[in-house]
Amino acid sequence: MAESVHPAQPHGAHGATHAEPSFFNKYLFSTDHKMIAMQYMFTGMAMALVAGFMAYAFRMQLAFPGMTVPFYGLVTPNKYNSLVTNHGAIMIFWVAMPVLLAGFGNFLIPLMIGCDDMVFPKLNRLSYQIFLLSVLVLVASFVVPGGGFAGAWTSYPPLSAQGKFSLTPLGSSMWLMAVALEFVAFLMGGINFVTTAMNSRAPGMKMYDVPIVVWMIVVASILFMASVGPLIAGAIMLFMDQNLGTAFFDPSRGGDPILWQHLFWFFGHPEVYVVLLPAIGITAEIITTFSRKKLFAYKTVLYTVFGTGVLSFTVWAHHQFIAGIDPRMANVFTITTLLISIPIAEMMFVYIATLYGGSITLTTPMLWGLSFIAEFLIGGVTGIFLGASGTDIYFHDTYFVLAHFHYTFFPIAIIGTFAGITYWFPKMFGRMMNETLGKLHFWGTIVPFNFIFIPLFIVGMGGEHRRIYDFTNFPELVPLQKYNVIATVSLLVMLAFQPLFLINFFRSMFSGRKAEKNPWKANTLEWTAESPPPHGNWPELPTVYRGPYEFSVPGRELDYWPQNSPN
Amino acid sequence: MNEHAHHTPHDEMPAYEAHTHHPNYVKIWAILSSLLVVSVAGPFLGIRAVTLITAFGIAVVKAYMVVKNFMHLNVAPRFVAYMVATMLVFMLLFFAGTSPDVMKAHGTDWMKVGWGPHGALTSGPPAGAEPGGEH
Amino acid sequence: MSARPIATTRSTAGMPTGRLAVWWVIASEIVIFGGIISSYVMFRLSHDVFTAEAAHTNTWIGAFNTFVLLTSSLFAVLGHKAAEDGDGRKAANMLYLTSLGGLTFLVVKSFEWTHEIREGFTITAGPFWSFYYTACGLHALHVLGGVVIMLIVAASARKELELHRVELIGIYWHFVDVVWIFLFPLLYIAK
Repeated sequence: MAESVHPAQPHGAHGATHAEPSFFNKYLFSTDHKMIAMQYMFTGMAMALVAGFMAYAFRMQLAFPGMTVPFYGLVTPNKYNSLVTNHGAIMIFWVAMPVLLAGFGNFLIPLMIGCDDMVFPKLNRLSYQIFLLSVLVLVASFVVPGGGFAGAWTSYPPLSAQGKFSLTPLGSSMWLMAVALEFVAFLMGGINFVTTAMNSRAPGMKMYDVPIVVWMIVVASILFMASVGPLIAGAIMLFMDQNLGTAFFDPSRGGDPILWQHLFWFFGHPEVYVVLLPAIGITAEIITTFSRKKLFAYKTVLYTVFGTGVLSFTVWAHHQFIAGIDPRMANVFTITTLLISIPIAEMMFVYIATLYGGSITLTTPMLWGLSFIAEFLIGGVTGIFLGASGTDIYFHDTYFVLAHFHYTFFPIAIIGTFAGITYWFPKMFGRMMNETLGKLHFWGTIVPFNFIFIPLFIVGMGGEHRRIYDFTNFPELVPLQKYNVIATVSLLVMLAFQPLFLINFFRSMFSGRKAEKNPWKANTLEWTAESPPPHGNWPELPTVYRGPYEFSVPGRELDYWPQNSPN
Repeated sequence: MNEHAHHTPHDEMPAYEAHTHHPNYVKIWAILSSLLVVSVAGPFLGIRAVTLITAFGIAVVKAYMVVKNFMHLNVAPRFVAYMVATMLVFMLLFFAGTSPDVMKAHGTDWMKVGWGPHGALTSGPPAGAEPGGEH
Repeated sequence: MSARPIATTRSTAGMPTGRLAVWWVIASEIVIFGGIISSYVMFRLSHDVFTAEAAHTNTWIGAFNTFVLLTSSLFAVLGHKAAEDGDGRKAANMLYLTSLGGLTFLVVKSFEWTHEIREGFTITAGPFWSFYYTACGLHALHVLGGVVIMLIVAASARKELELHRVELIGIYWHFVDVVWIFLFPLLYIAK
């Protein structure tokens, strides 16, 4: 590709090409990737408050059955089902995906590959608008007669197909529509991300010079685009079963509910990697910067991610081991599931090897990054018990599963988010966050987190099943009730520490210490732009001369070496 | 590629692949139409194997011709073809993993109530079948 | 038309941005239609009753519609050729002919469905019919969307603007044609 000799000039640089935009153009209708990133992130974080409140309500019910929960009221059985359904769905589709994938993806990709915006800024804006619509439809479903959908986030028919079973006929369809809209928004976003990353890299940026987090977000987008199709087909079929009386999933009329399960999980499993990969990428950026070391094995990590991505399409039915699937297929899926733990474990080892011998600074982002590795390891290891179909016969649908996936999802969605925000806050808002508040918030989150979910492993092994609103109805489970109380109290402690983050976030945004361009002395391109970057990101787009992790290179005076400095 | 941002309203057509030779599109269309005729005629012979070949074999051929000659996949960079092929492989994977369950009317200890006692649905939905019949 | 970001003009992957994006759209659409078609095939192969129900689709109308789409694809690619030669007016006219094909397809389908519904073959008449209307309906929505976008592209092309988009909407249109190439034998011939 013959590159022009002249450095590229983004359109904003040739004198005033447009006047200062009005409030609406700047906020509501902006096509700037950074503004859209903010919109996704703020919406996602607001939804996290909603889903977190739901967790508070149902955990109070579980610890103290029958009580009137402060700020909520009585958690009836159907309300309980509605709360757990929407807590799960919101955390995955309206928190993890918008914050990690759309938020960080939108903000970081153009900045880290050295271009001025996404390739299709208007499509980008449209994707957020459709996403916002999905949020509105979902929230509306909470207030319609019957209330929010109560058929579990996996929405298995016949429970989800018929209002007489789920007791939320209107909520079911609205939930489905909200999910479908969200999928459309992310398909559009995915196309933008992948095309931008593939086509718009800075001159000199070869494949192996791209920061890992960009690779991760791109691979995640591809996984999403490749896996969501069958579920979109399934969602259309379920919607018709719900509203037109078709029988795609009704066995009494020739349908098959297991088909839904396969359609759902064929997407559902790659989906967990869709949210995992950005979090892993964020962690890579943080640990390299704060140990002043190169990533231990960049190419290995890359090929591992490609392999994991492909393998993630071959494991899905481990969610269906006891649903009555063909046991011979269960053997196949056991083998593939156990296999897929290997590349992920290997990536964790690469991270540990990266840290080894490094000059480590325990800033707040670094604390989050390190805790990601530690907590995710616990989640991954407990997954082995579930991946083996034999042990899964006992563990399926118990709290063991729930604790396993919270030990993976919490690092992904919550730790990953806090890690990313505390790391890139200076770039996003031009100010530094308060380290003391940050560390206090960190410990106040991580310690209670473990005290919530380790008891839940215990109650799961003890026989408590998921989606039960009151365990005191089961005499043999009453001795386990104390663990439920411990878990709930720990949740309350954890929630009590979250305002520290909100205070830190908003106060720093307006009156934190002003941030320079590169406060962490990192190498990647975003740290060469102003904090925050203007429209168009740089007056002259950068050229790249080396990889993103050239820290502590022998013979150099500085322990870092930005990608765009010629020497 | 010109890096300067000023895109004149009159877009130049970058010559990525010199289309010095492209197939005669009308000829391709004529072949596609003939294949269509053959695929419609196939069932009239009454031989099931022939019908399957003329129906689906021809569909594959037609799709290949459209993708190659009209969508120019043969001229696009290789990775595009790999991408498309991968998606198709994923669909085969989905079929392979799902069909053992969906295509069965009964297993060791269970049966799909509305599918009939001996096999899959043979005569339309049974009248008055209760959902969730036997456990 | 506001200034395009420089990002859109780069092509480190070796192809123009728009074309790369359209192929990704097609990749994601393959799995959507693949999902519904796989599900259909699984049911078809395990439910003998489908044979009886499928006998009622009208092969001639299906074949006619297939021919209409094939011909519209021809016009789409001829439009691309005209755009390559820099002839915006001709490209636009080709796109108008393509759109006409798409609209013909939809009109024929609406008559076909009206007739079938009057005969009692509604979407709930049986599992075959549920799939038939869902798969063809999804396809028809894509045809409609394609026609709308095509008319927008043609409007610009006529003024010799954004000619590269003619190829892009063409690629999408050919994909819609390919989906029908598979739906036709599945629903109209394999009986």
